[in-house]
Amino acid sequence: MGKSSRRRLLAPIALLGVAALALVGCTESGPGTSSSVKGQTVKISGGITGSEADALNTTFDKFTKDTGIKVVYTGDKSFEGNIVTKVNGGSAPDIAIVPQPGLLKTLVGTGQVVKPDKTVTDNVSKYWSKAWKPYGTIDGTFYAAPMLANVKGYIWYSPAKFKEWGVTVPKTWDELLALTKTIQAKTGSAPWCAGFSSGDASGWPGTDWIEDLVLRQSGPDVYDQWVAGKVKFTDQPIKDAFDALGSILLNPSYVNAGFGDVKSINSTAFADVAAKVADGTCPMTHQASFLSSNFLTVQTKDGKVPTVAPDGDVYAFILPGTTAGASSVEAGGEFVAAFSDSAAVQKVQEFMSTPEFADARVKLGGVISANNGADPTLASSQFLTDAMKTLQDPKTVARFDASDLMPATVGSGSFWKGMVNWIDGTPTDQVLSAIQAGYQN
Amino acid sequence: MAVTDADVRLDRRASRVLARRMRRSEADARKRLTSRGATLAAIAIAIIWTIPTFGLFVTSFRPGADSATTGWWTVFVHPGFTLDNYFQALTSGGTALTLGSSFLNSLAIAIPATIVPIAIATLAAYAFAWIPFKGRGLLFVFVFALQIVPIQMALVPLLSLFSRGLSVNGVGIFPGFTLRDVDHSFATVWIAHAIFAMPLAIFLLHNFISEIPNELIEAARVDGAGHGQIFLRIVVPLSTPAIASFAIFQFIWVWNDLLVATIFAPSSSLPLTQTLNSLSGSWGDRWYLQSAGAFISIVVPLIVFFSLQRFFVRGLLAGATKG
Repeated sequence: MGKSSRRRLLAPIALLGVAALALVGCTESGPGTSSSVKGQTVKISGGITGSEADALNTTFDKFTKDTGIKVVYTGDKSFEGNIVTKVNGGSAPDIAIVPQPGLLKTLVGTGQVVKPDKTVTDNVSKYWSKAWKPYGTIDGTFYAAPMLANVKGYIWYSPAKFKEWGVTVPKTWDELLALTKTIQAKTGSAPWCAGFSSGDASGWPGTDWIEDLVLRQSGPDVYDQWVAGKVKFTDQPIKDAFDALGSILLNPSYVNAGFGDVKSINSTAFADVAAKVADGTCPMTHQASFLSSNFLTVQTKDGKVPTVAPDGDVYAFILPGTTAGASSVEAGGEFVAAFSDSAAVQKVQEFMSTPEFADARVKLGGVISANNGADPTLASSQFLTDAMKTLQDPKTVARFDASDLMPATVGSGSFWKGMVNWIDGTPTDQVLSAIQAGYQN
Repeated sequence: MAVTDADVRLDRRASRVLARRMRRSEADARKRLTSRGATLAAIAIAIIWTIPTFGLFVTSFRPGADSATTGWWTVFVHPGFTLDNYFQALTSGGTALTLGSSFLNSLAIAIPATIVPIAIATLAAYAFAWIPFKGRGLLFVFVFALQIVPIQMALVPLLSLFSRGLSVNGVGIFPGFTLRDVDHSFATVWIAHAIFAMPLAIFLLHNFISEIPNELIEAARVDGAGHGQIFLRIVVPLSTPAIASFAIFQFIWVWNDLLVATIFAPSSSLPLTQTLNSLSGSWGDRWYLQSAGAFISIVVPLIVFFSLQRFFVRGLLAGATKG
């Protein structure tokens, strides 16, 4: 090998070495730790995406102006899985917005979630009803304050059509069944529509139905025991809920308005039912308060954007209990967990637990908060104001979404799959024991 | 000499006979394979295959409210088109970035993440094929075997190496990059993609490079070329088809990757796939934007594919037939 060729060989190696040095050099330009929080950036990640993510970023505008702390929120649709990988790999965000208490438990288990300071703890005791704090508490230690909320268990309907048929909003479950029968008789077609399809999470709209019915039929105590695993899926209260739901969703003459037969429930995307409710093909559907945002992008029969109002094109009532006036609702929501104890992160966490944050976000539309200090009249529609008042009402018995509280193998595993199989025609008993078997995984 | 001539003549006759037979059997095969039915079936399959993409294409030009209520095929009866989806998709994003800025991020990720592994893999493949050293076979089998490690298994350890570094018994071996808070840094994603691409790249390129005739390499050696010269002047030009076809593979794989980038990239460097995923919003109420976003995202792979496609078929077979 000649001298020149050796030099030729050395040149690329030297270049590689320089490049490697440059790469390492880049890495040391991170921001230094300064005592002042001004100018610092706090990174938040969560599963909220789309226009709601834009609104969340906007919510911090005034806070940034006041404190000088920049807040950047990044949404990720696969957040639930990716955050665990990121935290385990030592690359956690400053703050995570966790949608499920079960996931919060997993994250706390990594030992990297930082306890919030006293102001946050006090804010949660002061502004949220007693039911909420335990959901952010893992093994007796409080870790995460609730952020926003949504109310599950709404029945969406068309007030105009109800008026046309001369029917009113039912006050009990039996009245609801009677109403179903009346509508079926008057229109000759199915009174209900439902959609369980949601990609990997298909089946979850069905779990909400079951949870609502368990909470209303058997009460909050049985519900809590069910969440804790003490009441089994194969026990009578849960079976009753499935039977009650079956009287609607498994009845071929009651479903699936606008889509097809009973089995079409599984092939219908959960968000697609909004369009059918809006154009009048589907008289009633069961979905959480978030569906109000889906009505912004659909049309009525006349090609207009439907008005969500008690006398408008669409509105919703809370799924009635077995007796009139019973007010128990199922709620969902997110929790704010921090992975850093820097002053800036703590400031942001404090801000997110205040009524000011809730007000700022609620004002931007589409969401509600369970924060008692927040002003429900700021909500973007009459419907959301009502939903928020329901949550803030001290008389309301609120319980968190059960499937979000159960272990992942059941809550986002066998329970979801079970609902899909149940619609497909698997007998109830078989479905229930299959869901219960998820606890063994 | 005369004998040879006769031989040649005989050979010519034989080859003419052979050629005739070949032509006949080829015509036979063609007749059997190409019937009107087969052509129709091929066209039908092609059309059925394209319908979903075509539907997506039509949907991307329909107003969102129309898409939510009626299927795309109704557009032929009630036409209504808009470019609004494309404007909205480009400017809204649904996460910290807009689709437009993440489009640039995707380019910034995909181009180096294609060039770096190919550069290293070509060097490695040359070494495995033409530089004899102890344990070469064993090492090659080891690299080849790395292909079976699922990417998901490597995520946490690799991320931990990047963010915390590595120390054994308190002795720091690698300090780790402190990149967590650095905006617009792509280094971790490049390195991760390069690492994950390496086993297959080395394997494919090795099979191609080792098929270069020994005489060529030896002639170069006799003329006084060192490894550097042989590599740059003989191996690289000869294996261009293989390199180009692997480049297409790698580029499209990186371009379409969501997982690796989501895990390794800081929030300001997230690629197009991440914003595309977020476009529909938490409750899927703006899914029609995804149809427009999908077509924005398809443009680059199409350009890459069509500009390099002449290498593609040639390179696809490269290294595949090594006995």
